Amino acid sequence: MKKHPLLRRFMKRKASVLGAVILLLFFFTALFGPLLCTQDPYQQDVTQIHKGPSAEHWFGTDYLGRDTLTRLIYGARVSLALSFSGVLSGSLIGIILGVCAGYFGKWVDTLISRLIDIMLAFPSLLLAMTIVAILGNGLFNTAVAIAVFSIPSVARMVRGVVIGLRDSQYISACKVMGEDNARIIATHIIPNAISQIIVNITLNLGTAILTASSLSFLGLGVQPPNPEWGAMLSKARDVLRYNPSEALFPGIAITLVVMSFSLVGDGLRDALDPKLKNVS
Amino acid sequence: MLKYTLRRLLQLIPTLLVVSFIVFAMVRLIPGDPITLLYGISEGAGTDSEYLEYMRDQYGLNDPLPVQYFNYLRDIFHGDLGTSLYTHKPIATEIANRYQYTIVLAVGGTLVGSILGVLLGIIAAVKHNKLGDNIVMVLSMIFVSTPSFFLAMILMLVFSLQLRWLPSMGMKGPAYAVLPILTLGLHAVGMIARTTRSSMLDTINQDYIRTSKARGVSKFKIIMSHTLKNALIPILTAIGLRFGQLLAGAALVETVFSIPGLGRFMVDGISNRDYPVIQSTVLLFATTFVVVNTLVDLLYGFVDPRVKYN
Repeated sequence: MKKHPLLRRFMKRKASVLGAVILLLFFFTALFGPLLCTQDPYQQDVTQIHKGPSAEHWFGTDYLGRDTLTRLIYGARVSLALSFSGVLSGSLIGIILGVCAGYFGKWVDTLISRLIDIMLAFPSLLLAMTIVAILGNGLFNTAVAIAVFSIPSVARMVRGVVIGLRDSQYISACKVMGEDNARIIATHIIPNAISQIIVNITLNLGTAILTASSLSFLGLGVQPPNPEWGAMLSKARDVLRYNPSEALFPGIAITLVVMSFSLVGDGLRDALDPKLKNVS
Repeated sequence: MLKYTLRRLLQLIPTLLVVSFIVFAMVRLIPGDPITLLYGISEGAGTDSEYLEYMRDQYGLNDPLPVQYFNYLRDIFHGDLGTSLYTHKPIATEIANRYQYTIVLAVGGTLVGSILGVLLGIIAAVKHNKLGDNIVMVLSMIFVSTPSFFLAMILMLVFSLQLRWLPSMGMKGPAYAVLPILTLGLHAVGMIARTTRSSMLDTINQDYIRTSKARGVSKFKIIMSHTLKNALIPILTAIGLRFGQLLAGAALVETVFSIPGLGRFMVDGISNRDYPVIQSTVLLFATTFVVVNTLVDLLYGFVDPRVKYN
């Protein structure tokens, strides 16, 4: 079987392949893991509080005697669903803003670009915290916070691509042939930006996992009793001395997923855009 | 240069006005009555609507918005940031006690991160595609991906709970600052090392570097004064951006190490829905951030005289 050139270029970077494998493992865990779990993530057991790993509880238990492995598996669902929904909806808004700024130019561009600059100037965690301060905490608002901070990077990137294309000859040709703006954007502009959009989304997903778990760690994101990796770490902090494994497993899970997203993002960038290969 | 510096500093004023306006508007965007949000006075429990109306008048909430904004700014310049709804203490004194801790953490973290990051980046660039480069890249990938609160807990576990070298909680002296600063610094190392590496690689292939080599200039001198000096602008930008991230990230590290800093104050404010506290902390964070970015911009000119100001 002949491999697709895209896949072949991606496979060249061993680290990115490793990242992709780890990510797939986590996706499968999030999708099917709960079906294989023998224990309930909410089941408390006061006789088994803060226990280290054992035959019954492979990864130990938390402050209510709940099984850490089971909560880790359900937590994968929460973390991945949160970051995907947040980043995808934010990117969609970003794409629309970027296309508008780049394609229509003039005051539309000035307005949107200023907005993007202000948003980019804010540290992502501070932006997310401010949004939670306005909207309140919880699952949905955490996703909104993630969506908001994913907007500017996508918008700026798309704007750049669109400006590069706007004055090209084939776009002028389309205009001469009487195609309307919506059609030109949908059939000529977006397809040209799609590879960079995918790379941007992949890289943002890693940041989103980091920000969502940070918010939950601070008690501002996903609320108990929902299993979330950052929230699990926050409870584990109190017993770090007695049961370090309770912090170790969710911490490693976050690190692995975040790292894999950036490895895959780097690999995709090289594979999708060979021109950029020697830049970074 | 002086003219540019002055103009850049003057440009701070409109930026800060925008920031303060956003913060001012924030509380008015939140669903709910500003008098409840800002002064903790709500209907019921002996307060009837007539009293509420009277209090609204007293606090000037019935004034037109521009007047309210002007009064808000005037209060800030008089050092009056309002009172916490939760502790009923003046926010200005609370912030004065806490701001130093966060600044120490953010500045310390940026310094540690810059020194280590630039050093590792130079090693990676000099040993491009060799073992040294790979080790640095793997290390920076790990540091960038590890959440700072997890890194903080690992350092705490190893250096204070196991080895007992350093204290783990609070902020009662220089020793207490070591682990939090190290956490923030290591977290910053990744990005700074990667930027340094790619910026160095861009310059290392320039003709004048080859000429220097041919002239027999020592390798150390080529790296330090010919390559690094010319690669410094992107590195400075990365450091400036990191400082902002560290400032916000301080909230996480302050939580792990129980340090009563500004970040923790803001998080507690958000948890308690203590809007005057949220307003003031967001304003202070944003102001610090904007000022630091301006300083970094000004540094460009000192570092690289080719940067033209007009």
